[in-house]
Amino acid sequence: MCLAVPGKVLSINRATEPIMGTVSFAGVQKEICLEWVPEVQVGNYVLVHVGFALNTIDDQEAEETLRLLREMGEFDDEVR
Amino acid sequence: MKFVDEYRDRATVETLTTAIRSAVSRPWTIMEICGGQTHAIVKHGIDRLLPEEITLVHGPGCPVCVTSVELIDRAVAIAARKGVIFTSFGDMLRVPGSSRDLLGVKATGGDVRIVYSPLDAVALAAKNPDRSVVFFAVGFETTAPANAMAAVQARKLGLTNFFLLTAHVLVPPAIAAILGSPSNRVQAFLAAGHVCTVMGYEEYLPLAERFRTPIVVTGFEPVDILHGILLAVRQLEEGRADVENQYARVVRREGNAGARAVIAQVFEPSDRTWRGIGTIPMSGYRLRPAFASMDAEQHFDVGHLEARESPLCIAGSVLQGIRKPHECPAFGRECTPERPLGAPMVSSEGACAAYYRYGALNHGR
Repeated sequence: MCLAVPGKVLSINRATEPIMGTVSFAGVQKEICLEWVPEVQVGNYVLVHVGFALNTIDDQEAEETLRLLREMGEFDDEVR
Repeated sequence: MKFVDEYRDRATVETLTTAIRSAVSRPWTIMEICGGQTHAIVKHGIDRLLPEEITLVHGPGCPVCVTSVELIDRAVAIAARKGVIFTSFGDMLRVPGSSRDLLGVKATGGDVRIVYSPLDAVALAAKNPDRSVVFFAVGFETTAPANAMAAVQARKLGLTNFFLLTAHVLVPPAIAAILGSPSNRVQAFLAAGHVCTVMGYEEYLPLAERFRTPIVVTGFEPVDILHGILLAVRQLEEGRADVENQYARVVRREGNAGARAVIAQVFEPSDRTWRGIGTIPMSGYRLRPAFASMDAEQHFDVGHLEARESPLCIAGSVLQGIRKPHECPAFGRECTPERPLGAPMVSSEGACAAYYRYGALNHGR
């Protein structure tokens, strides 16, 4: 029930109420409500649950965490 | 798929399991609160990558599982009414009521339809003015804004034939009930990442402090869950009890303002009966008086319903993490996904369904 999936925003229609847009999930396109992510731009990724974008996905935050984890791995290799 | 594949990367998983192994010095019991996390753990065999010292206990974070039998019986009674189109997410249709489930109503002529989004139910109501469209509004805080938006949209369209049968549940009161129970053995929590995407994590700070228990907001992919476990274990080993945000790419401290605003507009906190656990004070949402005209419980008088559950089913203790699915005598025998005795065997987020589906689990743990 709490399943939510990342998708890429392909288009945004700010004239509708609520704001709607087309989001692609690895090629599968769906009309999604973007009302709660007013700052979103085409090309951004959003987290979608039952037809609604709950938040934008912070690319930098994601990259930062993954970089830290990779570094932890490299440190392990050196120590081993 | 972006934001998925990177979090299933083998090398990163190995880095994390190595770090967990070197961080842990004694036994720890950690509960993941969300059924989606339970499924990811069992599906990817994450618990079998962990050192012996760590025990993962599955929490009640499966809204389908905790919906009370009375409400399932009420849904069945409403769905069987002439002129009603009863709409719901798919996994609610096979949850056993006292006598039958919603699929059983559909099989005997009831108009029961699966929808992807609550807005689909509103569209149905607009297209069928002569019918009463009821949406089964089940879920945690993650789903509450979507159901609230459906109510707001229906009002904007001036619809008087759209109703919500509300069964919303909240995570923080459930955590407090678990930690407050004398038989509690949970020492740290992985909080539900998508609940916190909506609500933020400020409401967990008093819980961590009051119960001296680390709470790590965690995502749903293997790397997320292992990273969450590592952060929890480090806190436990250092005697800290903070709220940490592992799922920072999506969760912000204050959550999503728009989603929280529409929840507050439509719903208010209320007591809620959790199937197998009992009533937890202020652990659910009900419609505010301003939306009472959309309340299916008030609109459809289905009288008193005598709820009965299978005496064999131990769902209550599974949902509280006291026992594991394969410790149930009926598991895989009288109780299977085809003939479920209890909701956790039905739901795609139920612990019993997870153990049954990914059965290669080493039951020794």
